[in-house]
Amino acid sequence: MTTFVTALNTALSDSMKADPRVLLMGEDVGDLGGVFRVTDGLIAQFGEDRVLNTPISESTLVGAAVGLAMGGYRPVVEMQFDSFVYPAFAQITWHLSRFRYRSRGQLTMPVVIRVPYGGNIGAAEHHSDSPEAYFVPTPGLKVFTPSTPSQGYALLREAIEDDDPVIFFEPKHDYWMKEDCELTQREPNAPGARIAGEGSDLTLVGYGPTVKLCVAVREYFAQEGVSIEVLDLFKLNPLEINLLVGSVTRTGRMVVVHEAPVFGGFGGELVARAASDCFAALKAPPLRVGAMSTPYPAAALEHEYLPGMDRIVDAVDASLRYGVTT
Amino acid sequence: MELDPSAVQLLSEDGTFTEHPEYPLGLSDADIIGLYRRLILVRRADVEAINLQRQGYLKLWGPVFGQEAAQVGSAAALQPGDRAFPQGRQFGVGLTVGIDPAEMLSVWRGEIQGGGWSVEASGIALYTFPIGSQAPHAVGYGMALQRDQKNAAVIAYLGDGAFGTGDVHESLLWSALYKSPVVFFCENNQYALSNPVERSAPLPLFRRSEGFGLPGVQVDGNDVLGCYAVTARAARRARAGEGPTLVEALTYRIGPHTTSDDPDRYRKADEVATWRMRDPIIRMRDFVLGAGLVTRADLDAIDQEAEVCATAVRAACVADPAPVQPVQMFDHVYGTRPQHLEAERRAWLAFNEETQATS
Ligand SMILES: Cc1ncc(C[n+]2csc(CCOP(=O)(O)OP(=O)(O)O)c2C)c(N)n1
Ligand SMILES: [Mg+2]
Repeated sequence: MTTFVTALNTALSDSMKADPRVLLMGEDVGDLGGVFRVTDGLIAQFGEDRVLNTPISESTLVGAAVGLAMGGYRPVVEMQFDSFVYPAFAQITWHLSRFRYRSRGQLTMPVVIRVPYGGNIGAAEHHSDSPEAYFVPTPGLKVFTPSTPSQGYALLREAIEDDDPVIFFEPKHDYWMKEDCELTQREPNAPGARIAGEGSDLTLVGYGPTVKLCVAVREYFAQEGVSIEVLDLFKLNPLEINLLVGSVTRTGRMVVVHEAPVFGGFGGELVARAASDCFAALKAPPLRVGAMSTPYPAAALEHEYLPGMDRIVDAVDASLRYGVTT
Repeated sequence: MELDPSAVQLLSEDGTFTEHPEYPLGLSDADIIGLYRRLILVRRADVEAINLQRQGYLKLWGPVFGQEAAQVGSAAALQPGDRAFPQGRQFGVGLTVGIDPAEMLSVWRGEIQGGGWSVEASGIALYTFPIGSQAPHAVGYGMALQRDQKNAAVIAYLGDGAFGTGDVHESLLWSALYKSPVVFFCENNQYALSNPVERSAPLPLFRRSEGFGLPGVQVDGNDVLGCYAVTARAARRARAGEGPTLVEALTYRIGPHTTSDDPDRYRKADEVATWRMRDPIIRMRDFVLGAGLVTRADLDAIDQEAEVCATAVRAACVADPAPVQPVQMFDHVYGTRPQHLEAERRAWLAFNEETQATS
């Protein structure tokens, strides 16, 4: 059995072995092994030369990664928690995402920024955000988010080998998720979405931490004789839109689930694509399930704030009942 | 890390008091006993918080153990109208100015964010968890005080780790440029989570002030009298319009970073043992007893008071008299709730009524 943490740790280690130009940088990534132990043992294995335990300087972590990339290195930066990427927002959007474009292809930015994200772990303030909607629309930036350990391994290796910058969102609630799997690499440029369970009545779309919920909801409805297709989007940008369009065209119904607030969230993009690309096939309005449009609340309230199975089931029901008069 | 040769120390490790020509203490015997009393209260309440966390009444706790003198000494220099901007570990600062410890724990119970106390009444701003980001707030608040001719001081509490951020350095610059009445009080407990200060600061932190144009001073952070005297002088300067000061109090974090941390992964037991010997409370006890300010019976009475305080803190946490209501998450997002949020709130209420009715 492999946990998410082990899978990511192995991906880092294998990438560093495969390419001496891969470096790790971040706060507490050295002897502590990161607060989630994703870098456990790597400083012992690769030395302080390649594992940089840095000061609390998120903006410079990314800015220095930009410079290192210009000098031919492939830095992997760890943000300790989701919201601590915010001080680096300017470096990411001003520079990291734009150097290929503004140098007319002279420069590439093979940088990965690993960001543990999402809630549901009873954490203190600023430790549970889902900030993907700040990054997905940034041209030049890729955004990945795995939902299982084996996918985490493959995707992180792919991100490190990618010459474009990747924000790599890790579902922190699932760090201890176990999977009976082999850790293998994917072919380069393999699709960024998969069908995590086939079905014909409704397409349920999730990514990162909500995929496991979608799979559970699918099982629940299977007992009622309802057939749900679950789509796992592990790349939010570039988006594998054809799989989504194909699925929704077949089922005619779509519900999107993410942990981020619904208002202005990434689900809006998916609903817009379903509305424009699957219009004729739709049997019900596409729906979104997400967090409330409030700041992430104190831990005691997070279960009421986050989308849980009950609210997803409710949305699926609403979609299935749409237009049916009882 | 050892004290800089220039460091201010009024109370040495063995409890000997020495006057400092530039940093007069100016405290009555009763004031000095009051400082000792607060050290004991903070230590005892902190230990209680650790226990409460172990028993599940707190989700997390960031222990103060070892840093009591830095927090009590600096906060005792605050006067009405002054304002402190804490980071996240300044429990002892709140207790020193008289905040109910249970109000400071509500954040750690996971029930509210920021803080459960009155900022206006206490003069203590909310906790700031993104490291270093409170420093500019302190500068700006100081600029407001100055414009309104309030003759008050601001104190920004910063960890050694905060000196990795740009915000802190930009704030040092701004404070000097605008003569904002700020005392930057660095509690150098020698660790930023697992990162030892030797690995984040090539030179002693107080020396960073020079390049920005403000004075910097190091004080023995385990000397409560020194911490008081140095902060009091910096605050006087600030109130008098003479500008900001950077104070570095060198202390040590005896406990883990938080109750989730395992410090054995990154530091040696003998280093911790060395600093345990430099306990800020022992030297102060030796001093107040040796100078004849208190009797042993007085000390026992203070210990007793600390027990009562700890019992009250425990009772408040366990009873949790006013648990937060989930629907409150929709409050205070804006002055007037926008349509989309009001719609979400209604849907949320309806959904909960429905699921309660069917379950
Ligand atoms: C901007 C930011 N990055 C990372 C963190 C995670 N973090 C929380 S506390 C801490 C160490 C802080 O060290 P220091 O400033 O010395 O304060 P201390 O904990 O020692 O009181 C870190 C890295 C954070 N809270 N904010
Ligand atoms: Mg520190």
